[in-house]
Amino acid sequence: MTQKGDVIIGLEVHVQLNKLQSKLFCGCSTAYHNSPPNSHTCPVCLGLPGSLPVLNRKSVEYGLRVALALNCQVQQETYFYRKNYYYPDLPKGFQISQYDFPLAVGGSILIKGDDGERKIRITRVHMEEDPGRLVHAGTIDRAKYSMVDYNRCGMSLLEVVTEPDMRSPKEARAFLDKLRTILEYLDVFDGDLEGSMRVDSNISLAGGERAEVKNISSHKGVEKALSYEITRQRNMKRRGIRVIQETRHFDEARNITVSIRTKEEAHDYRYFPEPDLVPLRVADWVPEVAASLPELPDARRESFVSQYGMTDDHAKSLTSDIKVADFYEAVARESPPRLAAVWIADVLKGELNYRGLTIDRFSRQDMVTILEMLSSERIAEDGAVQVIRALLDQGGLPQDIVKARKLERAGDQAVMKAVQEAVAECSAALEDYRKGNERALNFIVGQVMKKTRGRASPTEAFRLVKEAVDRMDA
Amino acid sequence: MLAKLKEQLLSGSAEEYLQGLFDRIEHSKLNAFNALARESAVSRAREFDRQLWGGALAGVPIAIKDGISTRGIETTCSSRILRGYIPPYDAHVIERLKAEGAIIMGKTNMDEFAMGTSTETSCFGPTRNPWDLDRVPGGSSGGSAAAVAGGEAPCALGSDTGGSVRCPASFCGVVGLKPTYGLVSRYGLISYANSLEQIGPLTTTVEDTALLLDVISGHDPRDTTSLEKDSYLNLEEGVCGLKIGVPDEYFGEGVDPLVEKSVWEAISRMEELGASWQKVSLPHTRYALASYYIIAMSEASSNLARFDGLRYGHREAEDQDWHTTFSEVRAAGFGKEVQRRVLLGTYALSAGYYGRYYLKALKVRTLIKEDFQRAFQEVDLIASPTMPFPAFKIGERIADPLTLYMADVFTVPINLAGVPAISLPCGFSQGLPIGLQLIASHFQERLMLRAALAYEEATPYHLQTPEVAA
Repeated sequence: MTQKGDVIIGLEVHVQLNKLQSKLFCGCSTAYHNSPPNSHTCPVCLGLPGSLPVLNRKSVEYGLRVALALNCQVQQETYFYRKNYYYPDLPKGFQISQYDFPLAVGGSILIKGDDGERKIRITRVHMEEDPGRLVHAGTIDRAKYSMVDYNRCGMSLLEVVTEPDMRSPKEARAFLDKLRTILEYLDVFDGDLEGSMRVDSNISLAGGERAEVKNISSHKGVEKALSYEITRQRNMKRRGIRVIQETRHFDEARNITVSIRTKEEAHDYRYFPEPDLVPLRVADWVPEVAASLPELPDARRESFVSQYGMTDDHAKSLTSDIKVADFYEAVARESPPRLAAVWIADVLKGELNYRGLTIDRFSRQDMVTILEMLSSERIAEDGAVQVIRALLDQGGLPQDIVKARKLERAGDQAVMKAVQEAVAECSAALEDYRKGNERALNFIVGQVMKKTRGRASPTEAFRLVKEAVDRMDA
Repeated sequence: MLAKLKEQLLSGSAEEYLQGLFDRIEHSKLNAFNALARESAVSRAREFDRQLWGGALAGVPIAIKDGISTRGIETTCSSRILRGYIPPYDAHVIERLKAEGAIIMGKTNMDEFAMGTSTETSCFGPTRNPWDLDRVPGGSSGGSAAAVAGGEAPCALGSDTGGSVRCPASFCGVVGLKPTYGLVSRYGLISYANSLEQIGPLTTTVEDTALLLDVISGHDPRDTTSLEKDSYLNLEEGVCGLKIGVPDEYFGEGVDPLVEKSVWEAISRMEELGASWQKVSLPHTRYALASYYIIAMSEASSNLARFDGLRYGHREAEDQDWHTTFSEVRAAGFGKEVQRRVLLGTYALSAGYYGRYYLKALKVRTLIKEDFQRAFQEVDLIASPTMPFPAFKIGERIADPLTLYMADVFTVPINLAGVPAISLPCGFSQGLPIGLQLIASHFQERLMLRAALAYEEATPYHLQTPEVAA
């Protein structure tokens, strides 16, 4: 369906800097997520007559952290502008945002593209305030009335705008995943909170007009909306209908996009500099912020490979979430690092994903214990998997689970007995092996595993089977 | 005057004094007040009489322009759209006044959202000039000036975006000061044009203006454009040795000959007191009005966007979809002049016009500021008429907005430049007061006040009161 290379995607990502303690222009707390509506408000964020904004300097610092991590050029001086439009969730009738002289411009990050690594250029990073939230009584088109909650109003947002450098919905998603990873490394953002990242995506086919799909709140949603758009625009092109420049809404329930306004109906936001806020010399802040930046995902990935001797794939998997990376490093301090990499990246992450859980649910000490039992050969690999699953599903202690489920690795006696029985029972496989089919031994090893109910080590079982067979033939 | 009043309050009764003012207001024809805080003010006065607390304004009642937010007292900007709005917080200046022991009497009439020169655009009807009830008190802080001139309040606060303190001070024969932009916190001042306006005092003497300024000025962390203050007390240095600039552009065509004569007499008087004068040039003055109105209207169109009836103020009987409801609320809630300025400002900021109007106006603003900077390299103060003519009749000019805008020609350049200016009485024209405007360089309020005080002490004009106040 997709002709390669003709899809052009650019993103505008609104990131809520929700790790801040207070809002962008007032002292209201940002911890509103479980509070009653309109309980986190004051004259400033409600835009009461006569109130004035005061810039939260920490917001600027967080913004600079992001700008630097995205390899942007920080401006000498940055200005706030008013973006004027009416909407019930916007209590001042304008949003304080940035326009000319944004915080930073001209950055880039690397993502996993469809054909290897791709560099996505960042056009600009700017600060703005979040509006409130409308809650409709019923669905938006049939609601008799709507209610407004201004708790969110005035939260610090960072808008990250990319160049049209993505070539598929999958790449768009990879960009968003990478951005989220970086933001969490910077400790400015918690992506688990509702509405913390909202995306406007621009998409066109080469030579055609672009459509903007606005306000999608999940990475998966972005991928779906963009896939739908490609189909829609391609079908139009095929039928000879011109795609027009317009703004569209993604209907998450129906998985389609619908037009909300065309270019002719576009808003004129009447931007002008906000007189209540003075220009900010941000360039002076850069050295200090740069010095405080943590190690970022790409750098950490490289250091995992060189420091712990793991594969690049494992390093990538472990560093794509800062919590997993921290978990790994804590475990690796007390366990063989390569073994830890395999078990956390390949097994634990998979089991967590399958259950929709995060790494916070697993104890570092439990992982150390499991790895210790594995390397001392007290349990086999299959047993270790069972312990991990039981810990996630029922809880408890690894030692107790091993005992209760009889996962102690079988002693040599029991394994030897199983080997002798298996070799005796599998004469056909033996025959094949003797004809030169090396793989036939695997069947016998499988029988050994079955007889020991998985308590034998597969490598050990293979060695013993081969020895037994070779002895018979000697 | 306030110093004397404070003594009187200490030995006498603040409650009695305040009740006297309220009785006077109730029988007044001036229509200077929109709302009286009678109950809370009297109870504060009673408390004062018991406790005799200290403070720069201990026990002194003060009238507040209705565009300044006062906790618990309806604050409307004289607009229908804000009827019923009772702010949950005090403006910075109100906190300062209360901290110094003052008593908030009530809210004074003004042009709707401070848009006017005559206090005629108020939804509460016009305020009348105490010197001639058929005439306007000036605007937009007309209620504050009339209350002070008419003896209904010993002092008041106004706000000055393009002359809104100085114009009514001039028309009502009182003292009014527009501080340097940034000297007084605007926190709680309902914005009309936020890059231009400042809160300022209106009083009967220079000394009282200085006292009020000393109380309300200084840095407030809630207004990032506010800065540190000087002291404005003990201004005995006089005017001797100061160089006064006289700009040609502020005299001549369109200026009432009696006004011009009084201002020249004032300049001579200061010369007699030891000052010298020389001509200065402010060549971009003729572009000031156009620049001012574009900037003020553009900012107003954005500042007034929040008035949609959703959270406070006027609401139409029946709600429609939000778009219709907002439009209906704004159509019914805003008066004609406000609608005109919001429309013009919206136009000036629109795509394709922004560069032609708003940006150009900002460039002119810079040129005007440079005019003043150049002039203040040569002189300490600039003297001019505050208004080109004395108070006009109610209804005389309101139908012709352009003529009305022209009246601001000597006051708006000061706001564009951000410098301070004071208006003080300097004579009469057929029984109507004339105002002298003294302009100083940024943050030179102290120098300006000491010259004003020296002039005032040498002249009798501030001692005359209108019959209505007698």
